[in-house]
Amino acid sequence: MYHAIVFFPLIGFLIAGLFGRYIGARACEYITTAFLAFTALIAWGVFLDGGHAERVQVASWFSAGDLQVDWAFKVDTLTRVMLVVVTTVSTLVHLYSVGYMHEDPHRPRFFAYLSLFTFAMLMLVTADNLVQMFFGWEGVGLASYLLIGFWYEKPSANAAAMKAFIVNRVGDFGFSLGIFLTFVLTGSVAFDAIFGKVDAIKTLSFHFLGYDWNALTLACLLLFMGAMGKSAQFLLHTWLPDAMEGPTPVSALIHAATMVTAGVFMVARLSPLFEEAPNALVVVTVIGGITAFFAATIGLVQNDIKRVIAYSTCSQLGYMFVALGVGAYSAAVFHLFTHAFFKALLFLGAGSVIHAMHHEQDMRNMGGLRRYIPYTSAMMAIGSLALIGFPYTAGYYSKDAIIEAAYASTRPGHTLAFLCVVVAAFFTSFYSWRLFFMTFEGPARWGAHAAHDHHDAPAVARSTMAHEADGPPGHTEGVAHDDKGHDIEPAHKSDVVADDHHGHGHHGDHTPHESPLVMTVPLAILAFGALFAGIIFHNRFIGAGMDAFWGHALAHGPHNHIMHEIHEVPALVSYSPLVMLILGFILAYWMYIRRPELPGELAAQQPSLYRFLLNKWYFDEIYDRIFVRPAKDFGLFLWKQGDGRIIDGLGPNGIAARVVDVTRGVVRLQTGYLYHYAFVMLIGVAGLISWYLISGLPKGAH
Amino acid sequence: MLGLGILSGLLIVPLCGAAFILTLNGDEASVARNSRWAALATTIVTFVLSLVAWGRYDAASSSFQLVESHAWLTDTIRFKLGVDGFSMPLILLTTFLMPFCIGASWHAINVRVKEYFVAFLVLETTMIGVFASLDLLLFYLFFEAGLIPMFLIIGIWGGARRVYASFKFFLYTLLGSVLMLLAVMAMYWQAGTTDIPTLLQYRFPVQMQTWLWLAFFASFAVKMPMWPVHTWLPDAHVEAPTAGSVILAGILLKMGGYGFIRISLPMLPVASHEFAPLVFALSVIAIIFTSLTAMMQTDIKKLIAYSSVAHMGFVTLGLFTLNEQGIQGALFLMISHGIVASALFLCVGVVYDRMHTREIAAYGGLVKRMPLYAVAMMVFTMANVGLPGTSGFVGEFLSMLGAFKANPNVAFFSTFGIILSAGYALWLYARVIYGKLEKPNLQGILDLDLREKIILAPLVALTIYYGVHPAPVLDVFAPSTDALMASIKTALSNTQTAAAALPIPR
Repeated sequence: MYHAIVFFPLIGFLIAGLFGRYIGARACEYITTAFLAFTALIAWGVFLDGGHAERVQVASWFSAGDLQVDWAFKVDTLTRVMLVVVTTVSTLVHLYSVGYMHEDPHRPRFFAYLSLFTFAMLMLVTADNLVQMFFGWEGVGLASYLLIGFWYEKPSANAAAMKAFIVNRVGDFGFSLGIFLTFVLTGSVAFDAIFGKVDAIKTLSFHFLGYDWNALTLACLLLFMGAMGKSAQFLLHTWLPDAMEGPTPVSALIHAATMVTAGVFMVARLSPLFEEAPNALVVVTVIGGITAFFAATIGLVQNDIKRVIAYSTCSQLGYMFVALGVGAYSAAVFHLFTHAFFKALLFLGAGSVIHAMHHEQDMRNMGGLRRYIPYTSAMMAIGSLALIGFPYTAGYYSKDAIIEAAYASTRPGHTLAFLCVVVAAFFTSFYSWRLFFMTFEGPARWGAHAAHDHHDAPAVARSTMAHEADGPPGHTEGVAHDDKGHDIEPAHKSDVVADDHHGHGHHGDHTPHESPLVMTVPLAILAFGALFAGIIFHNRFIGAGMDAFWGHALAHGPHNHIMHEIHEVPALVSYSPLVMLILGFILAYWMYIRRPELPGELAAQQPSLYRFLLNKWYFDEIYDRIFVRPAKDFGLFLWKQGDGRIIDGLGPNGIAARVVDVTRGVVRLQTGYLYHYAFVMLIGVAGLISWYLISGLPKGAH
Repeated sequence: MLGLGILSGLLIVPLCGAAFILTLNGDEASVARNSRWAALATTIVTFVLSLVAWGRYDAASSSFQLVESHAWLTDTIRFKLGVDGFSMPLILLTTFLMPFCIGASWHAINVRVKEYFVAFLVLETTMIGVFASLDLLLFYLFFEAGLIPMFLIIGIWGGARRVYASFKFFLYTLLGSVLMLLAVMAMYWQAGTTDIPTLLQYRFPVQMQTWLWLAFFASFAVKMPMWPVHTWLPDAHVEAPTAGSVILAGILLKMGGYGFIRISLPMLPVASHEFAPLVFALSVIAIIFTSLTAMMQTDIKKLIAYSSVAHMGFVTLGLFTLNEQGIQGALFLMISHGIVASALFLCVGVVYDRMHTREIAAYGGLVKRMPLYAVAMMVFTMANVGLPGTSGFVGEFLSMLGAFKANPNVAFFSTFGIILSAGYALWLYARVIYGKLEKPNLQGILDLDLREKIILAPLVALTIYYGVHPAPVLDVFAPSTDALMASIKTALSNTQTAAAALPIPR
């Protein structure tokens, strides 16, 4: 059964990947989607059945000395939850892509990649050991790389794909070391064996990089570094916004609902380890809190509809890590579960908007769309409500639990995290409504409508804007600034425009249209989840049915009663998310409906703050300055100076130059290779003589 | 059969093929055609023969098998052949790669075709000889003899700067060999034999081990190549014809690693343990420095050559961890790199044959016209990066794990390799394969033809197969590794009680 869940997507990938060119795009779409739908059905069956934790051995992978690595499935409630999330969203995204990608000539490749991703993700969540998890972990990284770079002719897409892979590798650097340390400590990489040894190793210390660390804390921190990379946490988040270069269904599947939550899954899976390493959990809490806050601040000013949602994802992942950090693992996984529905909904809804607008993603060129695509706008509204935690939607249950847990915790760092998530809740509400108002309400700023506006033609504006990041802020928000300006070269802008099948020139001719049924049905299903997943499941995930539901999948130390304490927080704390939600709504309404000129004025008043946020806290620039460029310069130095001048100059070239001089003198007598042969023969003779010398000498000695 | 065993057969068959090709005459075109087919047939027969040897080999045993011993120079210097878990996979790798080399040279070599294939077949004999020798002098002989055909292949059929590259290659390796020869002589003086199984049991005095180790190290380090004696490799690779690069990367580099595992580690365990920090340092420098250097290359072959040096850094790192994971990982990485780096050079050859340039800047957007090529290249790039599920992962992972056991700080620095390798490999891929197909001379470029498909398909399959199921290779190493570990442990504990207190590796 579990074999079927995991391997059906693999088969789909192989069929679409190997035979796609023979069976045609339509067949690839049907086959991969049907396989995924089938897997999703089994996964839901498994999930609703519940049952005990079990281990399914598939095969042995490799062994060396006392290291034994298996291909095996560990299936408990945590895995079942993830199976449901992954297969459901993946199926819907497959289905949606049939509509969204219908113009693309490379559909077989696209669907093959989607199925490959799903397979790798399923390997990750069913992993029975750290190495298999790493397999899935890097496998989803590969699929993500391939899908972000799907439109390979776009230089920005290539750069984003590489960035995603390499930044993730930085995280995997820590993950690898974490696996090594765990193995050295416990002698195993299998989860059950590791958890069994936690008590024995929790007081050990380990000497690493000149310090004596608590071994378990160090292991958890290293592993968490992997989670930070995959889940785009503060410091390793820079790849996620750029990943929006990929097709929108990919953003929904990989960069919102599933892959980026792998870090959360990892910490939850390793909760028995983290639970005994409280200092590591403090780091998790603080990083999560900072991410929740900082990503939300950037989300406030972005103009690309997908980037707003991307930063929102980053921020929501921060929430999950806060929950993990304070020990509320079930709340974190619950938020992961609900977030998958509403964030996939938001992304697919945004995809529907982009589809309607003929590949326009800039919200400054939207507006008034509710009249043209009412269904999509309703879906986006539902997604936004769930995201901001409107009462009784899915996000309400999971997010409030996290905020309360952050307050109720007694661990160091929880106050910071609490403040961060509360403020972030306000920001979330603001940017969600800002997105909604800019896209669906107000005057239309596209097509013929735009001609009367003070905007330039988008293409021209974009290419000039790229340089404007250094210039003074403009009088209206956005026109003088392009949020994408500095990670995409201006020259590439024309590629982006040219790549659009419709191009921007068509805006005047088309009115936005509602998407086809194959795209709207997945939206409806996700909207159902976004509205009701909380009501239906909160009792099991975080309520009274919690212990029975989770079994032993999540660890709770003897002093960890956080899930009970969240019911005893002051009323003010319980109501704080609602208050923030309302404040955010009012502010967004005020700024984007009542006084639309206000955002521009505000940006003009606070130019440095505005630019700081618009440029994403300048992380890309800083990293480029302190990592990328020095690495390149150093590489060049090593090559030209190190290898070329020092090693070769002192060593072989000095000698070789002499030898070559001599031989060249000889060779000059006659071209051809005769003299090379002669030289070699000479060497051979020399070898022969020396060989007889050696063989002769000992004979005499004996 | 004249008392000759199957290993002698492996040495003789290529020589017979070479002799046959030498006798070919007639007009140039038919000689060329016949030499190609004769060389291909010879290498395939050799490969099949090696499979027969493999069939007779008992992978569960750590002792030397298929041993044959013939009278040679003296009673104690004999023509002795045999294989164990360390050498058997390398012999198979050699015989396996040879047909690909012949295939890759099919159209690429047009001058002196006859001599070219003769050189290759002689080279095959010497390479198999290195791995099959059970006599130190014989080992040395094959080890050095291999230089000559390789020198010719680079010097005659190479690129523009072939003379410089071939001399650099020759001088570097010859310099190391002289010291090795001295060490072999010294060993003979001390132990009275060059018989490898006997020497494996022999305990050299600690003082002497140091000097012997350094002498062998000089030779093997150049061959690996380790930083800072690696600069011959990029030049040799760039100038060598495709098949020459394949053999260089696939087999010749492995001779250094094989030397370490066959001679330095088991015969000189105390010195190996003492010098391990030196090797660690050089390995880490190789991994980080050459990865950075690789990133900045403008020539595809040079980039891959530098990445080979970095990967060999993982091999030396793993070997000197002196624990099972490290050693088996290093050995596995040798095999895996033999497949993957060879395949990458074959891939470069594919576009070089079409465009006659190796400049990265001359390419771009190839996926549009060459989708199959792009897929093959992606698989090998990912294997080069060490993605789990490809053969590259298992070796790198195990050697780093072993390194972490031996010295966590060394492992910390070596792990930077996984970030940097992603950097240079993906950047290369993005510049060559992705992007817009804009260059006018690339507009008509053709995808893989049948010959190229036949060459690359098995390599793609093996890369993935060994990534998912490495046991067929990895488990062959295990008995010999265990035996080696046991002998090193006893040697070290004996010395420890006698002399300085060195920590014994776990």
